Amino acid sequence: MADSTYPIPGSVEATPRRWSQAAVLEWLNSWVITVDHKKLGILYMVYAIFFLLVAGGEAIAIRIQLIQPHMHFISPQVFNRLFTMHGTTMVFLVGMTYIFGFANYLIPLMIGARDMAFPRLNAFSFWMTFFGGILLYYSFIGGGGLFGAGNAPDTMWWAYAPLTERAFSPGNAPDYWALSLIITGFGTIGASVNVIATAFCMRCRGMTLMRLPIFVWVNVTASGLALITITPLTAAQIMLLIDRYLGGHFFDTQAGGSAVIWAHFFWIFGHPEVYVLVLPAFAIASEVIPVFSRKAIFGYPAVVAASVGIAFVSLGVWAHHMFTIGMTSVGNSFFVLSTMLVGIPTSIKIFNWLATMWGGKIRFATPMLFATAFVIQFLLAGLTGIMLSVAPWDWQLHNSYFVIAHFHYVLVGAIVFCIFAGIYYWYPKVTGRVMSEKLGKLHFWLFVIGFHVTFDIMHIPGLLGMPRSIYTYEANRGWGTLNMIVSIGGLIQGIAVLIFAVNLIWSYFKGKPAGNDPWDAWTLEWSTPSPPPAYNFATDPVATSRRPLWDIKHPDDPDWKYE
Amino acid sequence: MSTVAVAHAEAEQPWVQPSKGRVAMFCLIIAESAIFTIFVVAYVYNIGKSLYGPTPGQVLEIPFFNSVCLLSSSLTIWLSEHAIERGRIKAFALWWGLTFALGAIFLVGTGLEWYKLIYHDGLTISTNLFGTTFYSLVGLHASHVILGLNALLIVLIFTLTGHVRQEHAERIQVLALYWHFVDAVWIVVFTVVYIIGR
Repeated sequence: MADSTYPIPGSVEATPRRWSQAAVLEWLNSWVITVDHKKLGILYMVYAIFFLLVAGGEAIAIRIQLIQPHMHFISPQVFNRLFTMHGTTMVFLVGMTYIFGFANYLIPLMIGARDMAFPRLNAFSFWMTFFGGILLYYSFIGGGGLFGAGNAPDTMWWAYAPLTERAFSPGNAPDYWALSLIITGFGTIGASVNVIATAFCMRCRGMTLMRLPIFVWVNVTASGLALITITPLTAAQIMLLIDRYLGGHFFDTQAGGSAVIWAHFFWIFGHPEVYVLVLPAFAIASEVIPVFSRKAIFGYPAVVAASVGIAFVSLGVWAHHMFTIGMTSVGNSFFVLSTMLVGIPTSIKIFNWLATMWGGKIRFATPMLFATAFVIQFLLAGLTGIMLSVAPWDWQLHNSYFVIAHFHYVLVGAIVFCIFAGIYYWYPKVTGRVMSEKLGKLHFWLFVIGFHVTFDIMHIPGLLGMPRSIYTYEANRGWGTLNMIVSIGGLIQGIAVLIFAVNLIWSYFKGKPAGNDPWDAWTLEWSTPSPPPAYNFATDPVATSRRPLWDIKHPDDPDWKYE
Repeated sequence: MSTVAVAHAEAEQPWVQPSKGRVAMFCLIIAESAIFTIFVVAYVYNIGKSLYGPTPGQVLEIPFFNSVCLLSSSLTIWLSEHAIERGRIKAFALWWGLTFALGAIFLVGTGLEWYKLIYHDGLTISTNLFGTTFYSLVGLHASHVILGLNALLIVLIFTLTGHVRQEHAERIQVLALYWHFVDAVWIVVFTVVYIIGR
């Protein structure tokens, strides 16, 4: 450890003190031309957090519109655009970027490498994703937008054909949706290829595959899944554009085309996509929980096998989104059973996390608070998932607020909680300063209360029959009070996220200096200075076990004796 | 656990990892395969669903010569891989150039086929469902051939200007993987379009 900790001149990316124009331009330029995995990781994260705030704002607008019957806070057209953009942004610009933010920054540090396998491909992938996001949001002002109702996509994030065909969506809204997601899709493929090549080909001496930190394993799984998940969507979007611009008939039912096949193609992408998003959340939890329980992860091979198992099973469950579309009973039964199968590897993971905490010396610092809440909420989300996997139950509740509550339980309760856990956990490594615990705890409690007020209650209007994506509702339905509570919970979450944003900025300037290893952790990234120098490691590290830094810190009781 | 045995021994052993170029190309091929799978599924699903003609049976002719050219280019590129591995640059240039030529013949053949379909049979991408699925699937493959030909041409130019040496063998082989993939996809496309679909 000693030889990699001496301060390196010029390694700290400090903002220039004199804000001359030239200095600012040079600083900006250094971020635009960078191929360094750490800077690109930070760019991905800043991008993800920025769009988290944007799409969160859209969600708040949706909730204000639904706060009581007959609201006219926004127009129906804008409402359609907002929930489409909320979903699309959260999945593609927040979900698909946070995973590469963490993976980019951490994987080379964790496996003892100096950079990703393909640094320039890495930069290319980020900027593709970046421009895809810009193009998506340009739809608000460009191509007939801004005046009138705007031209943002308004066909729901799944953009079911034939609604998206020329005859029914004459503007450019589906084009923005398809083109920008094809572009971010290329970015995703590049980044996924890079993650896999890095993890398999750039490991330091001794870092065998069975010693890779769980974080790396699970991210490799997610990237592998992304390779075969994003591409079907790209293919389907190309078909959509062929239909719209070249007069094709893929989804044109009047010429023999099929609308159902779009739903199949979309969900062949759409369901594994959820696992692409949630697996990196598992990765974060699998790093945070052991460190704050002061125990090595319980059942390392089981966690790895379960992750890969989830990836495989997730490829065969897509049509559980389509029970109401009219499949045969054999088809329905198959997808019921395959969906229930997902419960096995995921519960293996939950038992692993619980067993890791069991008997541990748990420190409830902010990252651990978020990770603990994640375990509970993910379990609950899984249980409503099992309920919805039963076809008759799904016929009853399909496209109701029950479904919305279920998948937000996964996307917020599991993924966003883990994103926060990860940011609180690795922020000291990235900036050299620990985030404020006081603000962090306030953020956590407000967020967890807001989350449960919103999404626990949201199940009920769903059970009472409130459909998703509706602009407003009648007062005599009895949904008013419930929607009021849900919306208030949403506002509480919004306040909590703003506290988080304040904490991010405040801690950057005023936070407690972190040192190399503020959490007394054991993966290799904590053996470098905070922030790490441009080349990460002065000498190539050697991994002697799954917890290489533990072995360095405890030469009398190294891990490799027990593995 | 299974790692106990290697815990001490590995310090002395040489540390070998897979080539990152190969791993990355395999990943790209997996991703591309998924795209092709979706287009192939769309083609198979829509066979015989066109409400009006022309039908595949009326207009499609089996492109034997084309297919033989493309598939044999896999053999020639394999020979060129062997040549560069052994440092025989002239043989490499010959086989590589032949690969390029065979790929180009395939592309010209596809162009002629499309010309016939469009101008003699009146089949375009918007004529009927068959036209839509046919041109998009065969066109997707042809666009990959074009991409591959561009890459082959760049290497060919570097070879003819004397910049390719034995140490580039691995990069050449990574590129060749892509070409093998393009050829393998043609077998699937050929089977689906010209045998099953006709």
